[in-house]
Amino acid sequence: MPGHRLIRKLFFGALVVASTALHAEPLVVPMGYIQWVPDQGPVLSNVIPKPADSGLRGAELATADNNTTGRFLDQNYRMATSVADSEEGVLASFDRMIADGVHLFVFRVPAETLMALSKRAGPDVLMFNAGAREDGLRQRDCVPSLLHTIPSYAMLTDALGQWLNQRRWNEVFLISGPTAEDKEWATAFRRSARRFGLDIVEDKPWTFDADLRRSASRELPLFTQADDYDVVVVADVRGDFGEYVPFHTWLPRPVVGTQGMTPVAWHRVVESWGATQLQNRFRELAQRNMNSEDYAAWAAIRAIGTAVTETGSAEVKTLRPFLFSDQFQLAGFKGRKLTFRAWNGQLRQPIPLVHPRGLVDRAPFEGFLHPRSRMDTLGFDRPESECRING
Amino acid sequence: MKHLIKPAALFSLISLSLPATASLAYVSNEKDNTISVIDTDAMSVVDTIPVGARPRGILLSHDGTRLFICASDDDTVQVMDLATRKIVDTLPSGEDPEQFALAPDDRHLYISNENDAIVTVVDVKTKQVLSQIDVGLEPEGMAVSPDGKWAVNTSETSSMLHWIDTDTFTIKKNIVVGQRPRHVEFSRDSKIAWASTEVGGTVHVIDVENLEQIRELTFDVPGVNPDRVQPVGIELTSDGRYAFIALGPSNHVAVVDAKTYEVLDYLLVGSRVWQLDLGKDEKYLYTTNGVSGDVSVIDVDRLKVIKSIKVGRYPWGVVVDPAS
Repeated sequence: MPGHRLIRKLFFGALVVASTALHAEPLVVPMGYIQWVPDQGPVLSNVIPKPADSGLRGAELATADNNTTGRFLDQNYRMATSVADSEEGVLASFDRMIADGVHLFVFRVPAETLMALSKRAGPDVLMFNAGAREDGLRQRDCVPSLLHTIPSYAMLTDALGQWLNQRRWNEVFLISGPTAEDKEWATAFRRSARRFGLDIVEDKPWTFDADLRRSASRELPLFTQADDYDVVVVADVRGDFGEYVPFHTWLPRPVVGTQGMTPVAWHRVVESWGATQLQNRFRELAQRNMNSEDYAAWAAIRAIGTAVTETGSAEVKTLRPFLFSDQFQLAGFKGRKLTFRAWNGQLRQPIPLVHPRGLVDRAPFEGFLHPRSRMDTLGFDRPESECRING
Repeated sequence: MKHLIKPAALFSLISLSLPATASLAYVSNEKDNTISVIDTDAMSVVDTIPVGARPRGILLSHDGTRLFICASDDDTVQVMDLATRKIVDTLPSGEDPEQFALAPDDRHLYISNENDAIVTVVDVKTKQVLSQIDVGLEPEGMAVSPDGKWAVNTSETSSMLHWIDTDTFTIKKNIVVGQRPRHVEFSRDSKIAWASTEVGGTVHVIDVENLEQIRELTFDVPGVNPDRVQPVGIELTSDGRYAFIALGPSNHVAVVDAKTYEVLDYLLVGSRVWQLDLGKDEKYLYTTNGVSGDVSVIDVDRLKVIKSIKVGRYPWGVVVDPAS
């Protein structure tokens, strides 16, 4: 009889162990990705269009990456996605996902839509901007629940400005396009020029609407006539005319900016610091190359994954302080640990300078010093920003 | 007299391929697809051997007769016979092998397959794949404890140490460490494991019996931006005195007291120092410097860098034949 009891006890014990193992609920981390890219209108030059699923595929890869880690920690990342066709559509998707219990969001939407979203979001929501480069979001429109993984225009143009400075190509011929984005880019560049001692010898708006595919060789040499300059800087974000500036300048000078050599968050030619592995994983998933929007969405979801791994929580009230703490660091395949700026929620990151088939260099450069992080020589530093989203 | 003899001896070495007479180190050149052979007495390269595409991790068989080479872009592990310096065999390795470790039995080879998030275990004698173990994202560092009980894999993007039971080929524990763990090194007695994290900038000291972290080391190289301090390779002296830690693009090797875990010194070496290995008698330490394309030689007694030896492009791994 005692034998029996012993066996029963053992059996019961085993049952309890087995059932607790079964009932150990995995930590479910619901996330939402919402995208809306307004129609940019007809583009004159026959540029290679940006893939429509830019951003979305990066978010998908990062979710898979998070789950590869999560399976060892009993964490399950789930991503709801919505590709909307209007701001109303974005807001409706947002409301629906909130109702479904999602509190962590990644957006590739225009800046105004982000502001509309942040008005709706409660304090228990954390949002990542993976698409809007507007400087206003980092400087004036400060939203405590909004972090930015896409570099701002100022970060991109500062990278370019540093590079021009260290090349000693100080005399700049600036051409800027007519769209709001072009103007933002050009404004950011003018600031960078002041910061890094560049001299804008000509600052001309592009007002032509001719089909440059046939007339670039006639129009552009005349347009770029000036005494002398070291380099032509183009601000043409959507790629309307900029592709036709290189090789058509009055003086034999290189073209940089939004065309020619470009500062970017990410590009297929980035391969150092293990980036090859990320590029390969992405190509396998998406059957195309990873771009800046993909990278920004990837970084946002990996930032969530890193914070969940470290804190063991999926609650915004735990994750947000962690993301801004000294313990947080994102391994972003850029050779540095990436962290968020406490004042405006921008992800600090090196900026590659690329041409379509090669990497030229990577900012920040040696010699541009900063008391805290050399990456803070790119974009709006704390004293220059009105934002104090962490008090 | 000495000067006259040395070149002659060297010449016969090359022509007859008799490595047993010299002390040799092998360096994998990632971007040249070659192995550089260094005569550690002469401190110069005596041979450069073409191997598979993108050679990274290299290791010696415990009997010192063969060199195993991860030819990452050829998706294979090559086996070089050291007497003839010829590739005599290839092993099934899984895709994109980067680092590996050989169990003390000289048979079970544990290979990190970076693209597939698995560790492949191969019997080098029968060339059979014994197991494929799911691990975290981008498995990188691989080590087997000298007592053969544990195989440890680091997954770079999951930031974990996976502790694999070598009897069952199953993971017994996952330890979350700093971002981008790169390398694990066991103490001779298998009691302590050291793990470096490249982005985190830390070295984690693990008590193997309890599988608990007992110490976390950070590094502060004077005059170097902390972002550039990126620990990668680790080498321990067998007397338990020093741990040497390669600090990547800070271009320094940290010297750590392996008993008190105090950082004693930082030694300036070549650019982007990656892996390191102690020579025979542990008098000299050799480091691979990826960007400057050379090997630095450190005098262990004096803790001084005494020489740099030009090798191929992007030297990755280095092993010194202790038997030679």
